[in-house]
Amino acid sequence: MKRADDFAERRKHLASLSDQELYERFWSLTEQVVDPLLELGRKNTSPSIERAVLLRMGISSLDTQPIVQGCMDRGLMGKGAGHVVFRLSQESGISIKEAGTMLASGKGWDQVTALFKGGK
Amino acid sequence: MSEIKLKHNEKLDIENILKDLDKYRPKRRGWTWRTPVPGLKMGPFEYRDCTTPMENSIALPSAKYFDFIDPQGTSVITTEIASGRFEDDIRRMRMAAWHGADHIMVIRTAGQSHMDGLMEGTPQGIGGVPITRKQVRAQRKALDLIEEEVGRPINYHSYVSGVAGPDVAVMFAEEGINGAHQDPQYNVLYRNINCVRSFVDACESKSILAWADIAQIDGAHNANATAREAWKVMPELIVQHAINSLFSEKVGIKPENICLSTVPPTAPPAPSVFMDLPYAVALRQICDRYKMRAQMNTKYMDSSAREATVTHVLNMLISKLTRADIQSTITPDEGRNVPWHIYNMEACDTAKQTMVGLDGLMDMVELKMEGPLGEKAREIKERACLFMEEILEVGGYFKAVEEGFFVDSAQYPERNGDGIARKIEGGVGYGYIYERDEDYMAPVTAHYGYNNVAQYGGDPTDPSSLIGGCTFEDPDKIVYIDELNDEDNVHVRMAETAKYRLTDIVKPEMEWLADGIVMLNMFIPANKRTAEVIAVEIGKKLGLLDPEVINREVMQEAEGTRIEMKGRVDFDIDISKLVIPPEPVLLSESEIREDVASHPLKVVCGTVGQDEHSVGLREIIDIKHGGIEKFGIEVHYLGTSVPVEKLVDAAVELNAEVILASTIISHDNIHYKNMKRIHELAIEKGIREDVIICAGGTQVIPEEAVKTGIDAGFGRNSHGIDVATFIIEERRRRREK
Repeated sequence: MKRADDFAERRKHLASLSDQELYERFWSLTEQVVDPLLELGRKNTSPSIERAVLLRMGISSLDTQPIVQGCMDRGLMGKGAGHVVFRLSQESGISIKEAGTMLASGKGWDQVTALFKGGK
Repeated sequence: MSEIKLKHNEKLDIENILKDLDKYRPKRRGWTWRTPVPGLKMGPFEYRDCTTPMENSIALPSAKYFDFIDPQGTSVITTEIASGRFEDDIRRMRMAAWHGADHIMVIRTAGQSHMDGLMEGTPQGIGGVPITRKQVRAQRKALDLIEEEVGRPINYHSYVSGVAGPDVAVMFAEEGINGAHQDPQYNVLYRNINCVRSFVDACESKSILAWADIAQIDGAHNANATAREAWKVMPELIVQHAINSLFSEKVGIKPENICLSTVPPTAPPAPSVFMDLPYAVALRQICDRYKMRAQMNTKYMDSSAREATVTHVLNMLISKLTRADIQSTITPDEGRNVPWHIYNMEACDTAKQTMVGLDGLMDMVELKMEGPLGEKAREIKERACLFMEEILEVGGYFKAVEEGFFVDSAQYPERNGDGIARKIEGGVGYGYIYERDEDYMAPVTAHYGYNNVAQYGGDPTDPSSLIGGCTFEDPDKIVYIDELNDEDNVHVRMAETAKYRLTDIVKPEMEWLADGIVMLNMFIPANKRTAEVIAVEIGKKLGLLDPEVINREVMQEAEGTRIEMKGRVDFDIDISKLVIPPEPVLLSESEIREDVASHPLKVVCGTVGQDEHSVGLREIIDIKHGGIEKFGIEVHYLGTSVPVEKLVDAAVELNAEVILASTIISHDNIHYKNMKRIHELAIEKGIREDVIICAGGTQVIPEEAVKTGIDAGFGRNSHGIDVATFIIEERRRRREK
């Protein structure tokens, strides 16, 4: 879009604001811009977020992507990759680390898919 | 853990740093500010804006006139160090810390922001360093030692962005990183990463940064560097700062850890302060809750290091007139090459020198808000406010990005239609956003957003208790990966340069150990193009490899050109084969003064023989040249062409303790003959044992002078303090006899 500088016209409703009022208006507008973005973050996840969850669970960075890929392939991302590993470790009585290694090497996926009833 | 302790006079042992890294744990977490000490007294001065002094540092060159004091301003000083070889960067970090840097930033290797996942090992980088756990851990370990050595905490910093932002944030939190760039807008605008993905990931990244108490720096300043006319994007910059800051605060980062990366947009010959100051004021007024990280202008940087330095000093004037919690530095050679060691130090010194020089300024000066400053600042704020209004009008941030609102080269609300537009459904990482189900769960600390741990009886305020704590509570759970590539790693690189670390073999370097790079400065009396070709030819004749002109400035079109040139030497120097005479030890000025005060000292002097030179001797004696008069020594100057007899007679008459003869003319060894004659006359007059005889001149070789029977000779480059030191020490020796 091309537009000439219409600042003088556009600013009319701001002209009478004190500095403090301008400040408050600016931040309240900013809040309206960022709130929907925060809501997106609350409701959604992504491969990198799930990898970062797995890392914190003590899973090797070499294994995080294969596990997340497995979740994406099977519609399990909505459950959380960490959740999938957690569930497998609980159901099989193995450690988180062992469950992670298993999934990263392609094993145990039928079991977890069944546990989550085929994902979504 | 850190049983290693650095010794000032020993090189940092990189092999040792790399040892047992799998077991290393950082000693602390979080960002550290400097501690202000109002009214700090150092040397003869009292400071208003300085902080706790360092225990060890390299003071400014002129500090020698002020008891070597090294006051430290209030702003944290940043330097960026990332040559591609992190092992060599560690040595540069130590040097920078000694020069006053307490915020060390490592730039990532090219392309890392598009890598899906963490990089591991220690491959060599291009334009930066591959940020990996091993590299971070090694540098943090080194900095843990270096900060103990200099006596001030060092903030270590890198980037949390790209498609692996949250992965990197976790690793940084685990490894004790203290500062990080994090700004989803940067991903969107400059890395073309899908905008929804960028913001969703940023929520997680920022939540992790908040837990680790990492100071966050935003990426808004890049609009300055990208827009054609940088000063026109000022309203947009405020908008970008505000979006990232409030977004971060709402995720959970405390305001004092939210730092705005701000750059004065212009540089001379623009009237830069007049244009930059209103912007700086407007930004600080509107973002008063947050910290300011003042970056320097690189947009208009050319290859002149001098010009860049002046621009940076002006940038710091803006910092001082407004506020800079972190004062970044840019190496003044950035317009020529990947920064060299010496320019990192120059940049740190420039920042320290300027900030200390401006100490207390704002106790004497205030900004005049009536007139152009206040009017311009208000206008910029209004334009920013209108920008934010229009973002909402078009349907929010993503729509605004899609319509090319950002980095348009016109000053908002004017539009040139050349902004960077990104599609909501496009870019790297598009299509990889997944909605969380009702039973979504992540049993870890610092996870952002919906997290149903209650379904397993977990505690929503402590989700990781479900698994007995995550790596944030139990670092032993971290999986450390050493190397993934047998050929491209630090150990291979270090084996290649081992002799330069482990033996007496030395090569000059600018960037990497033994790179052999040297720089030559010259004036060539020819026009610019010719001078450049001549310079390269000179380089070849000197035996330099790859001679290349890195800066040329016209002195006058026809008369000549200033040239700076780099090249590599292909030889080594073996220290063990050199004869290195010990550096003469000088007494301190106060020690000399005290000795003279307790034992008054009288000197007679003159230029002897048929010799009308007076400048050299005046340099040695005159108080205004730093000569010996300033120590309280009583000097009787007899002038030039003084017969040697007259000099000795005057010593007798005045009962002087010292005869100081200057002798410049040297044909037929007349200078040494005169010295011998003074010595003999003193014996004849019976005063030789009571008088110290010194002689100096440009052709005097000290060893030869002493052979004539006098007590000391002083050659070229001697100063008053050299002469005074000798006299005081010689008097002491005689007193002790």
